Amino acid sequence: MNNIISLDALSGILTCQAGCILGNLNDHVSQHNLIMPLDLGAKGSCHIGGNLATNAGGIRLLRYGSLHGSVLGLEAVLANGEILDCMSTLRKDNTGYDLKQLFIGSEGALGIITKAAILCPQKSNTVNLAFLGLDSFNDVLDVFRDSKKHLSEILSAFEFLDSESLKVCTSNLQLASPIAQHPFYILIETSGSNGTHDEEKLTQFLETLMTVGKVKDGTVAVDDKQMQHIWGLRERVAEALLHDGYCYKYDVSLPLHDFYNLVLDMRSRVGHKATRVVGYGHVGDGNLHLNITSPSYDEEVASLIEPFVYDWIAERRGSISAEHGLGFKKRHYIYHSKSRSAVAAMKAIKHLFDPNGILNPYKTLPDD
Amino acid sequence: MSGLRILVGCKRVIDYAVKVRVRPDKLGVVTEGVKHSMNPFDEIAVEEAVRLKEKKLASEIIVASCGPQQNQETLRTALAMGADKAIHVLVEDKDYSNLQPIHVSKLLAKIAAEEKVDIVLLGKQAIDDDCNQTGQMLAAILDWPQGTFASKVVKKDGSLDVTREVDGGLETINIKLPAVITTDLRLNEPRYATLPNIMKAKKKPLTTKKPSDYGVEIKSSHQVLSVEDPPTREAGQKVESVDLLVAKLKEAGFMKS
Repeated sequence: MNNIISLDALSGILTCQAGCILGNLNDHVSQHNLIMPLDLGAKGSCHIGGNLATNAGGIRLLRYGSLHGSVLGLEAVLANGEILDCMSTLRKDNTGYDLKQLFIGSEGALGIITKAAILCPQKSNTVNLAFLGLDSFNDVLDVFRDSKKHLSEILSAFEFLDSESLKVCTSNLQLASPIAQHPFYILIETSGSNGTHDEEKLTQFLETLMTVGKVKDGTVAVDDKQMQHIWGLRERVAEALLHDGYCYKYDVSLPLHDFYNLVLDMRSRVGHKATRVVGYGHVGDGNLHLNITSPSYDEEVASLIEPFVYDWIAERRGSISAEHGLGFKKRHYIYHSKSRSAVAAMKAIKHLFDPNGILNPYKTLPDD
Repeated sequence: MSGLRILVGCKRVIDYAVKVRVRPDKLGVVTEGVKHSMNPFDEIAVEEAVRLKEKKLASEIIVASCGPQQNQETLRTALAMGADKAIHVLVEDKDYSNLQPIHVSKLLAKIAAEEKVDIVLLGKQAIDDDCNQTGQMLAAILDWPQGTFASKVVKKDGSLDVTREVDGGLETINIKLPAVITTDLRLNEPRYATLPNIMKAKKKPLTTKKPSDYGVEIKSSHQVLSVEDPPTREAGQKVESVDLLVAKLKEAGFMKS
């Protein structure tokens, strides 16, 4: 089930089977000056059907939005074997309830996605990447606000790393940092159609930041090799953390003013019992990847983390799972982010689509 | 204490990651709107010069580039990496297609003499034309020794020990200063130009000259007849048995029947 069905280069609409690998789809559409609306580290192996079922986010969500916006249609097989045809290649179609939205992010619990129609954005012929060093998280937020204002339509990614996350990459993977050590780092990517315009905008912006002291140091990638290296520092943190032994991973959404405090509170809470506590991720989307490591699974560390982390997030009305879904491990914490009325409606929908509970049982929704 | 004076040549080329396309007139490749950057081997040359300066063995680094207005970006990058001043030999677009290693080596020879340099560092070749000639021609014009394909350069008293990448492995030679060195991939890992240095680089001197200032005329002695894509690679065929393979090879004329 890995066939590309069609690509309309004018409208940018791709239809394909769910088993197509994201990276292959990207290669295919790029021949027509298009790109897939999402990009993640696993693009070399992940299936588009899986991306849809998990509502994958990735590093380009800031610019191209979520799959809830870029998926125009899909086909799914239901628990009773019926094929639900919601395939559509139209940008606008207000005829009835928008069923495809239920399947996107459903974690395979409502049906098996077999086909998709996706809106692909234009490929930008100019991409620039800056890697900056900052003194405080407040500076990170200030630069984010300024980036939206000054880079506006060309801003395509805004990621952050704390000094601990970069240290994991430099010590565990022996990757070199292009700049000196700083408490925080940000990656700013711009994508546009006019190289001269974009470079001027970015250079002027960065110089202003340096002059006022919001940014202490930084570099702009001059070629593809440097770009791959800099992205590697962000995309390989997860891999680098595994070298510590066991990694307790949390992927959460938080209001920006409280964002980094979770990392600080967790760091003081676990103290020396953990090897390290790191925070990095899609700060532009309000999405923090909190990771704690220890040489092997440690019940004491685990109990210090949960349920404290979920309670902390619930108090601030954040999401206990921004991108990673609930699956088996987090379903009973759903009430930390969703109301009882909402979960009751979800259960009714699950019962409608899968009355015998044969699709991905014991996952996503809680028992009570 | 006077250190070595170093001249580094930089060429602005199409970025190595770009998918190059042949122009419709089949006389060259598309350069308009295509990402350009410093020739990777020249980046290595700039880096080596900066390291010599950091070791206090060099006192001044001059970077030079021959080409159209946009070459100034390349020179600014070199200044941001640590060079002290830049010379841009402006060659207008219409003459640029005629610019050959012979002209560049003559220009660099004049600059080297004017600036009284002790070492000229160049990339071993440019990734667009793969000529691998400028360094060698320059050494001949200046009548200086040359250490080409350098993967290691060590300063000795009045000379350099240069380790060269050769087919059989590595060859180390000792050459008297002044000398021409061309850099190979393993010589060093170029640094990133950081923002504070990029900003400082704007204040470093960049002079624009013309080829005629050095008495060099950009006249080519050859003409490009055509530029074509390599033939598209045809899909291979899988066969089920050795007999079938033999039959197919005979059919295609690779074996006598």
